[in-house]
Amino acid sequence: MSKKYVKVSHLALSVGLFTASFSGSALAAGELHLYNWSNYFPPSLLELYEKETGTKVTIDSYASEDDLLAKLQAGGGGYDVIFPGASTLGVMVEKGMLANAGINKMENFNNLLAPFQTIAGDENREYSAPYMWGTTGFTYDPASVPGNSLEESWKEVFEPRAELKGKIAMLNEMIDVWNSAAYYKGIDKCTEDPAEAQQILDLLLAQKPDVKLYSSEGTIDRMIAGEVPLHMQWNGAAHRVKAKKPDVVYVYPKEGTSFWVDNMAIPKDSPNIDEAKAFINWMMRPDIAAEASNYTGYSNAVKGSGEFLKEELKADPAVNTPESYGDRLRAYKACSPKSKDLREKVWTKLKS
Amino acid sequence: MAGRLSPIKIRALLIGPAAAVIGIFVVIPLLLMAWISIQGRDYSGGVIWGELSGEAYLRMIFERELDDSLSVNLNYIMIVLRSVWLSLLTTVISLLVGFPTALFMATRTPKWKAILVFMVTLPFWTNLLVRNYAWILLLRDHGAINGTLSWLGIISEPLPLLHTQLAVAIGLTYSFLPFMVLPIYASLEKMDLRLVESAFDLYATRFMTLRRIIIPLAIPGIVAGCILVFVPSLGAYVTPELLGGGKTLMIGNLIGLQFGAARNWPFGAALGILLLALVMISLTFYALKLKKTGGDTK
Repeated sequence: MSKKYVKVSHLALSVGLFTASFSGSALAAGELHLYNWSNYFPPSLLELYEKETGTKVTIDSYASEDDLLAKLQAGGGGYDVIFPGASTLGVMVEKGMLANAGINKMENFNNLLAPFQTIAGDENREYSAPYMWGTTGFTYDPASVPGNSLEESWKEVFEPRAELKGKIAMLNEMIDVWNSAAYYKGIDKCTEDPAEAQQILDLLLAQKPDVKLYSSEGTIDRMIAGEVPLHMQWNGAAHRVKAKKPDVVYVYPKEGTSFWVDNMAIPKDSPNIDEAKAFINWMMRPDIAAEASNYTGYSNAVKGSGEFLKEELKADPAVNTPESYGDRLRAYKACSPKSKDLREKVWTKLKS
Repeated sequence: MAGRLSPIKIRALLIGPAAAVIGIFVVIPLLLMAWISIQGRDYSGGVIWGELSGEAYLRMIFERELDDSLSVNLNYIMIVLRSVWLSLLTTVISLLVGFPTALFMATRTPKWKAILVFMVTLPFWTNLLVRNYAWILLLRDHGAINGTLSWLGIISEPLPLLHTQLAVAIGLTYSFLPFMVLPIYASLEKMDLRLVESAFDLYATRFMTLRRIIIPLAIPGIVAGCILVFVPSLGAYVTPELLGGGKTLMIGNLIGLQFGAARNWPFGAALGILLLALVMISLTFYALKLKKTGGDTK
C-alpha cells in the first residue's frame, strides 16, 4: 500500500539525504543500500546504525511499489534491503526474487507481535520482517459535519448524508476503494462472482456524484486546508493532520478496516547479504522500531516499543489502535486472477 | 598505407552513429512494446514470454462474458475519445492564446524580443509536477483565485475550479503553451513587415491584413505548434491526475493503471501502440493539410 501523501518537497529532501549519507564518516566496515519510499525512514537511524556497526548506509527512494517491482524485475539496483507491501512481497517470493534470509530464526524475531509473525505470501516469515503497518479508514472534521459526529461506518463514505454530498474525498487506489466497498456490502473482497462485482460497481457509481475528487496525493494538506470535511485516508496521514487540526477524528469503520504491512526484505542478488541480515535484525529492536514510528507516524510491530514512542503517538487512537477495534481489522488477501480482473473492470467502468 | 575508404563506406560510417542512436532509443523500444502487446499476461506483472495472444487488442473493444463469448465494451474507447477531445481543446486554447502572444513578441525591438523569449521559456526551468501543484494552489476552494474573488465580494461560495475538466485543460495549456508560442514566433519573426505596410497602403483593414498576410505566413509555425501541443497532451499523465480529481481517466492514466495496480502489461503495451497510432494519424492529417494550404516548411 502506498504512502503517496509524500509531497514533492520530500523528494528533494531524500536526494539531499542521499548525498549527505555519502559524505558521512568513512570507517566503513561494510556497505548497505536501502531502497524505500521517500520520507519513510528516519535519517537519525542511518547515522545511529553507522555509529554502532561501522556499516555505511545509503538510501534511495521510489515513488510507487510498482517502480520497485519493475526495477527489481529488470534486474537493476544493487539494493540490499527493500520495503515491499504485502502484495508486492507475495509476487517477489513467488517469482524467487528474494533471498531466503531465515528471518524467523533471527535473534530479535521473537520481539514481533504475534499477528505479524506471519503474512500472506511469506507465511513462515523466512523472507521478510514487518517494518510499519497501518490502516485504511476515513478522517472527518467534526466542525464541518452535521451534529459534529459521524457513525463509525463506511455508510458515511459510500452513502453520505445530504450535507456531505459532493464534498467527499476518496483515495485514488483501486484496491483500497474496492476492498472498503466490499466490506460495506458484506462481500468477499476476493469474489469471483460478477453479480457481486456489479453490486460494488453500483455502489461506487451511485457514490461518484457525491465524491469531490479521487486522489492519494496531498491528503494531509486537503484536510488541514479544510477543502473537504471527510477524506478516506491512511491512519498515519490522519495522525499528521491532527498535528495541525487536533479535533479531527479517524474512523475504523465497523464493517471492516484494511490493514496493510510494509516489510523489509533482501533481494536475491543483494551485494551485501550479511550486512542486510544484521540490519533487519537490528530494526526489530524495540527502541529502534519506536524511533522509526516516531518519524513515520505509523505503528511498528515490535513488542515493547511503546515506551519509546513519542507521547502524541501513544495518545492518538489513529496510530495506537485501541484493542477493542481488533476485530475490525482485515488482513491482506491474495486474490485469484479472475477476481483481480473483475476488480479492474469495475474500476475502469467507474472511471470511464 | 591503407587504401582509401570508398565513398559508400564513408557514408555508412558517418550515418552509423545516428542510425545507432535512433535504433537503440526509438526502434528497439517500440518493437519491444509491440512484442509485449501480443504476449500472454502474467497476473503478477510482466508477461509470459513466447505465449502469443491477441487478447490485449480484443480487450480494447470487447469483453469476455462468463461463458467466454465476447460482448462489446466501449469503456476504453470512451477514455480514448475523451483524451482526444481534451487534447484538441488544449490545442485550440493554446493557439488562441499563443498566436497573439507570438505576434506581439515578433513585433518588438530586438532587445525586447530576447527578453520575451527568455520569459516564455522560463517555466521550463521548473519541474512539471511543481508547476501543476502551483495550479492546485491557485484553483482550489480557498486558493488564490477564489480567495481574491470572495475578498472582493464578487462570490460568496467558492467556484468549483479545481478537479474539473476545465482545470485539466488549463493545466495542459499552461504546460505546453511555450511549444505553441515559440514555433509561431519563429515564423512571424522572419516575416517581412513591409508586406503588412503594403497591405495597409492598399486599404486592407487590420482584420484583412491579419487573415490574408500574417496568418498565411505563420502557417508553418502554427502547424508545428499544434503538433507539439496536441501530441504530448494526448499522453498527459500528471496533469489529469493532479488537476482532474481522478474522476475520469485519460489514456495516459489508463496505461499507467495497466502497468501498475492492474498488472496487465500486454494491455498497457497495446494501449501504447494505440496511442502511437493516434499520433501517427493526426500527424499525417496535419502533413496533408499543410500540403493543401501550400505552407512553406522551410
